[in-house]
Amino acid sequence: MAEERWRLSSAYRIPIEGKAKLDIRRYLGRGFLQAATHMGRVFYLFVEIFRALPEWRIWLPRTWQQAYQVGVGSLFIVLLTAGFAGGVTSLQAGYQFTATIPVYFAAGVITQSLILELGPVLTALILAGRVGARYAAELGTMRVTEQIDALESLGRSPVSHLVIPRVLAGTLMLPVLVIFADATGIFSGWLAARHTLDISNHDFIYGARYFFKPYDLWYSLFKSLFFGLAVTFVPCYMGFSTGKGAEGVGKATTGAVVSSSVLILALDALLSELLL
Amino acid sequence: MIRLTGVHKAFGDNVVLGGVDLNVEDGETLALLGPSGVGKSVLLKHINGLINPDAGEVYVDGQSVPLLERKELAQLRTRIGYVFQFGALFDSMNVFENVKLGITDEDFSNNDDYCRLRVQECLDLVNLTPETALKFPADLSGGMKKRVGIARAIAGQPKYLLYDEPTSGLDPVNADIIDALVKKLQNELGVTSIVVSHDVRGSFRVGDRVALLADGKIRHVGPPDSFQDSGDPAVRQFLERDFGQ
Repeated sequence: MAEERWRLSSAYRIPIEGKAKLDIRRYLGRGFLQAATHMGRVFYLFVEIFRALPEWRIWLPRTWQQAYQVGVGSLFIVLLTAGFAGGVTSLQAGYQFTATIPVYFAAGVITQSLILELGPVLTALILAGRVGARYAAELGTMRVTEQIDALESLGRSPVSHLVIPRVLAGTLMLPVLVIFADATGIFSGWLAARHTLDISNHDFIYGARYFFKPYDLWYSLFKSLFFGLAVTFVPCYMGFSTGKGAEGVGKATTGAVVSSSVLILALDALLSELLL
Repeated sequence: MIRLTGVHKAFGDNVVLGGVDLNVEDGETLALLGPSGVGKSVLLKHINGLINPDAGEVYVDGQSVPLLERKELAQLRTRIGYVFQFGALFDSMNVFENVKLGITDEDFSNNDDYCRLRVQECLDLVNLTPETALKFPADLSGGMKKRVGIARAIAGQPKYLLYDEPTSGLDPVNADIIDALVKKLQNELGVTSIVVSHDVRGSFRVGDRVALLADGKIRHVGPPDSFQDSGDPAVRQFLERDFGQ
């Protein structure tokens, strides 16, 4: 019995009395080994991607298909979210701004919030849920039903058929969606500001242009590229590493959404520190 | 020729293959028998490099499979057709596209006329009608999926065919059809085949030689007749149900 419990969880030592006791060193050691294994596999997948890049005849047509699905398929939900984000930012600005602050400042706050933060981050988080979950579930199912093994057995590279088109499509489409999200958010912010702040069109445009720097837009698009990579690469990796059965696919999908969302927030903090 | 020497494979603490030695001559069909979960599919995946051994050698046409570079391995795989247990058809593609993917020569796979004729030919070889080409895997029965899997495996005109439990999950009538198909392909295409199965009678029908994998090792290998005369307890126990020995 003691031997069986030992095998069930190697992080626990089973003393003679039979009561489980956590061995911290073993627990940490196992965690470190798992992290190192993941890092090694991620590195290996990156290497495989670069090695498969010359096979552009395979990945290029599939990239267009994926880009269409990511871009057009996500447009409605991205615009809806950005519209609400712009409107709510404007309403909260109206609540917080008092008569001592010039009203055109609100336009600056709305546009800068959307361009620098809300547009890219909200779009990326939506894509993590919508596209990331789909990629992890698709590739995970292909893994457990041996479709990925079948590709390999035909002498074809699963990376050029499945991973590169998805990663490239998501990475390139996210900045495009962010441009639409920024524009929609600013538009809805303007509509809401006219209602809550009683701001004139002239003041809104003046405020927006007063605080706007072209670098902010480039920064927004630049970090969208990183977010796009996080939203696509992590789920592809998770899908490729799926364990057995439906439970494995479920775990991979959940893990993909959680990991890519956390990575987006971490990258947001890091890039803000480095680039602003 | 396929040659495995002292192949060991373990997944964690679970030793699946504990020193497997096996030779398959050109043109012959070897049926590999064994209880479920004994490592037959794992052994098969060593041959086309989907799994690498922990120790031992795997040679196909004199090339050491685990030591091949990426391109060499891809090249070798074009000579080995692999029929997966559940078909492993790409569910986003129809039957035509699935079978076309099996045409591994780039010059041919870019030629639409050749592809159309070759897919038609392969579907015909596995007794499927031309109308099947437009169906998706979700619309096919289990037996049809297996036949499409076989059509995809032979589309690239391989020298070797590896069948992973081609009759599992099928009723006796469909299992007989698949067994007859394996024999037909061997006779018409002259391929070297390994058929993994736990169906004793079917294996005896299709195999020129039969091997039994048990406890991580090949316990017996030889013509079906010699198999029935074996004194090995593992062999006798395995045959007991079908032949009442």
